[in-house]
Amino acid sequence: MISIFQNYGSTLLYGLGQTLLCSIIALVFALVIGSGFAILEVVPNKFLRVIARVYIEVFRNIPLLVITMFFYVVIPMYIVEISGFASGTIGLILYSSAFIAETVRSGIQSVDPGQMEGARANGLTFWQAMRYIVLPQAFRYVIPPLGNQFINLVKNSSVLAFVAGFDLMYQGNVIASDSLQSMSTYLCVGVLYLILTLPLSYYMRYLEKKLA
Amino acid sequence: MLTVLGAYSWINIRFLLEGAWVTILVSVCSIILSYIFGVILGIIRYVEIKYVSAIVGFVIDIIRNLPLILIIFFTYFGLPNIGFKPDPIWASVIAMAVFESAMVAEIVRAGIVSIPTGQMEGARSTGMTYWQALRYIILPQAIKNMIPAIVSQFISLVKDTSLATIIVLPDLMNHAQIIYGQNTNYTIPMFLALSVMYFIVCYSLSLLSQYLDHRLGTAKKSGEVEEVVQGAER
Repeated sequence: MISIFQNYGSTLLYGLGQTLLCSIIALVFALVIGSGFAILEVVPNKFLRVIARVYIEVFRNIPLLVITMFFYVVIPMYIVEISGFASGTIGLILYSSAFIAETVRSGIQSVDPGQMEGARANGLTFWQAMRYIVLPQAFRYVIPPLGNQFINLVKNSSVLAFVAGFDLMYQGNVIASDSLQSMSTYLCVGVLYLILTLPLSYYMRYLEKKLA
Repeated sequence: MLTVLGAYSWINIRFLLEGAWVTILVSVCSIILSYIFGVILGIIRYVEIKYVSAIVGFVIDIIRNLPLILIIFFTYFGLPNIGFKPDPIWASVIAMAVFESAMVAEIVRAGIVSIPTGQMEGARSTGMTYWQALRYIILPQAIKNMIPAIVSQFISLVKDTSLATIIVLPDLMNHAQIIYGQNTNYTIPMFLALSVMYFIVCYSLSLLSQYLDHRLGTAKKSGEVEEVVQGAER
């Protein structure tokens, strides 16, 4: 294991950086898109609600790999050339945003409906009430589950290995076939993933206990 | 247009269905294995046997925080280094079972924790031993609470079997790739078929989970379980 770190340390670190980069980009976009669809799911307009429902159910029930491969194979064939990293990140954004939407929606619905009614009665419009009254309360409630979604996102970013995204998992495969020491290579890769996810996971557990 | 429709010829559909069969086979095998091991590990983690529970808990945490793809690679390419060579189907079943048992164990632990302590105290005070109380009083209630969460976990298991194409498991995803690899005109129809097939399986499981939630009257309680469960995908 130590020899793997010595010989291929820079490659592994580059992969770690790509994984982190992809995860952060995907997190930001998935958070924005996911919250958008979560709000659409609770607006009075039935048409918008149906659209949001369909989006969430479709992307929640199709494997991440299928979404990613679609962007890797089909989009370059007919529309525009995109790199493996980009297609992997887009797939990750679409997939995660559906889960984040579901999380945020449950947060919004856990806020007492009286809050919205009170705000409306005070003369705020629906969107103002959403923006200033409901969402701030909902987000405090959903921070621990959102953290868990972020952990999942970091783990799911390993799907970039399928589409030549040069992430940690991809570099791990390259090193494994180069060094012929698959077992210790994958152990190294595992340790690096744990460095990203395990502290986050324990912090979320602490946060959950504290907020509960 | 005709070239596109050719993608759905009987030969291709049959080939896809063969792939779907492997997907279902692998899913069912790993569901059964991970349910058995998950419940056992979850109980061990809950009952706090000295040292054993702490070690089991730590191992569960580690497995839950690793990507499934890494575990699949490790099983298929890593284990032969120490002389164990599973074929793709067994490698994916083992990898899925290991990963999902850790997930299920966490759900089971959360389910047991969600039962009020008065249940255990009441059972003990009527003369039951600790294990009897666990077996006849706590677990039946806990399992009822956590069934929706477990079904959700199995939905992500079905989706995750697609990751095993990377070790050439001849599943749905792999067969679709073979078909559109032979004729690029078939790419979009194949992705459509893939999406529809996975969607049907996963969405019906998701409806089942909602139905069970409703039927068992656990909507509120299973929400509590899901809150305690870390990293559950839904």
